[in-house]
Amino acid sequence: MRFVDEFRDAELGRALAGEILAAVEPGRHYKLMEVCGGHTHSIYKYGIDDLLPANVELVHGPGCPVCVIPMGRVDDGIAIAHEPGVIFTCFGDMLRIPGSDGSLQDAKARGADVRMVYSPLDALRIAKANEDREVVFFAIGFETTAPSTALTLKRAKAEGVRNFFVMSNHVTIVPPLRALLDSPDLRLDGFIGPGHVSTVVGARPFEFIPARYGKPLVVAGFEPLDVLQAVRMILAQLAEGRCEVENQYTRVVPYEGNRRALEVLAEVFALRPHFEWRGMGFISQSGLKLSGAYADFDAELRYAVPGVRVADPKACQCGEVLKGVIKPWECKVFGTACTPERPIGTCMVSSEGACAAYYNFGRFAREREVV
Amino acid sequence: MSNVDRTSELARTGGRNTSSREQRILGIIETARAKRSRFRDERITMAHGAGGKATQTLIEGLLAPAFGMEELADAAIVDGGLALTTDSFVVRPLRFPGGSIGELAVNGTVNDLAMAGARPLALALSLILEEGLAAEELKAEVDAIARAADEARVRIVAGDTKVVERGHADGMYVCTTGLGLIDARAQLSPVGLRPGDRILLSGRVGDHGTAIMLARGEFELGATIESDTRSLWPAVDALLDAAGPQLRCLRDPTRGGVASVLNELARASGVAMIVRERDVPVHPAVAGAAELLGIDPMYVANEGKLVAFLAPEAAGAALAALCAVPGGEDAAEIGEVRTEPPGMVLVETAFGGRRVMDQLVGDPLPRIC
Repeated sequence: MRFVDEFRDAELGRALAGEILAAVEPGRHYKLMEVCGGHTHSIYKYGIDDLLPANVELVHGPGCPVCVIPMGRVDDGIAIAHEPGVIFTCFGDMLRIPGSDGSLQDAKARGADVRMVYSPLDALRIAKANEDREVVFFAIGFETTAPSTALTLKRAKAEGVRNFFVMSNHVTIVPPLRALLDSPDLRLDGFIGPGHVSTVVGARPFEFIPARYGKPLVVAGFEPLDVLQAVRMILAQLAEGRCEVENQYTRVVPYEGNRRALEVLAEVFALRPHFEWRGMGFISQSGLKLSGAYADFDAELRYAVPGVRVADPKACQCGEVLKGVIKPWECKVFGTACTPERPIGTCMVSSEGACAAYYNFGRFAREREVV
Repeated sequence: MSNVDRTSELARTGGRNTSSREQRILGIIETARAKRSRFRDERITMAHGAGGKATQTLIEGLLAPAFGMEELADAAIVDGGLALTTDSFVVRPLRFPGGSIGELAVNGTVNDLAMAGARPLALALSLILEEGLAAEELKAEVDAIARAADEARVRIVAGDTKVVERGHADGMYVCTTGLGLIDARAQLSPVGLRPGDRILLSGRVGDHGTAIMLARGEFELGATIESDTRSLWPAVDALLDAAGPQLRCLRDPTRGGVASVLNELARASGVAMIVRERDVPVHPAVAGAAELLGIDPMYVANEGKLVAFLAPEAAGAALAALCAVPGGEDAAEIGEVRTEPPGMVLVETAFGGRRVMDQLVGDPLPRIC
């Protein structure tokens, strides 16, 4: 595959791994957080951990859109899905996220019309093909996916579609990072910055991290060579005593972001005063709702939803995993009560979730030589 | 030691020393996974039909114990020399590039017999037809069934038809039951794998599942990929000729793909498997579609491919034999059986790392067979 295979070249990978090994100070432990779930997935999928020295530790961050959805929002979605006449649409991973009484997949088996879609435009298409039904799209994601929801809404408005609604669970990346950096129980040496979010917001919004908190950040792509190169760039900053935002993903990310996408976001969405994050509680100015101009499409205004805050199950430690405080396997229920087939927490569902990635790809004792 | 040497040393030992606590927890998890699955779900969801963990739970937790079945395989051996199997087909759309439901229904059952080392003899055919189905469509499928049976040299000897109300059967569902004669050269067993055995794959993976997904028109991808549906008996015949008793086990990786059959056998034989990702043949268009959709082709269904396990000394001859069979041109050796860690399938990624290749969870794909 052109433009993909080049970034998965094993020989270049080994060379980069050699450079990384040469750049680390023996005896010093490096803790780097990959903010984005896409990075977590790549790290496990390609076995990137295998190529890093033992004293470079990658810590998984909060950037997995499915993982950060709190239980109460899932319950609200299920309530809407059970409304008579509703076709409820969402991405595949959302189907399996547990609410307080089962998941959307269970709601489907009980008779709700729940359909998996690959994009919000698919949901709009379903709405236009079923004018006698109301079609709701459960929108999730950071600034990466919010523009596609926004453009879909713009199209729905322009075409006068009246049976299409969006339940927005869109969130923004900077507030949770700030919350993380303010929490006392985390010691990090640097960040691998989110690549796809940055295609929209640019690299500039992360400048507060080196400036205020003294940690380097390198915006990185998602191929294995991207991740290794970002690690090397962070280590170089640390070795040279620099501390800044750097952009490894220049082939996609403009430093200033995508102005048109940002304009569409500003038109269609408005910041919520606060939004609940799974395991992290309420974070102010971190969620997006539909703006006044799009109120007619707002599923939360259209349907009476419970809107109840549901506490996470006691045993679930998704919050600590999302903050990088514990490793997936350190969670009390990891792999025993909580598995991908019977998840308790969100991190065990999405392929970008740290627990699912570790369980599916990383779960073998690396010390034991494979004979 | 140079940096490069140290790096390969790191790669060999797994990069970091897994802490003893992590190992202990991994041990607990493996014990939990090794237990027989119990069927505890309140309702059937689509995941129960996807060929992954939920399907396994349904079969091992509910069906097998109810009928006292101990060994689960594609076909059962009855009365010493006969193999019996049955399969139902619910694919939508009925016709797709490279095949149709009628061909699938013949080849799918013929292949289940072939995987037991049985030469297909006869099929029984049940049709469940939806009220309103166009006679032309039915005729086309009956023709397809007759043609596929002819090609597979198997006779349709019995059958049944039912009609259900509109809205209940997506046009038509087809069930086939097959009877085969165990070949004298075959000594296959799902629990007979030994460390060192080689894993052969008869061609490119994921064609069928990808063809169906694209044929449903949900993705608007321009590529045309053809289903690989075909009878696998000629390939099995060639393997038996080349390797005889050194052919240990055969599987056709349908729903759940190659990853699912490898996991199933690793568990059944209590061995580990290592797959070299770079050696797995994948059609570039399938790889591209899978990349876009975030799916691993190793989990995508095939309808005309087999995975064969062979004693190492027979692997070369077997691969040559496979490559000479029509449809086997891209056959490859993709990995081997190891001892540690038991019950697990590991992948050596093309990038040089290692990871687990687990069973499929959930249902990423629509009805494909």
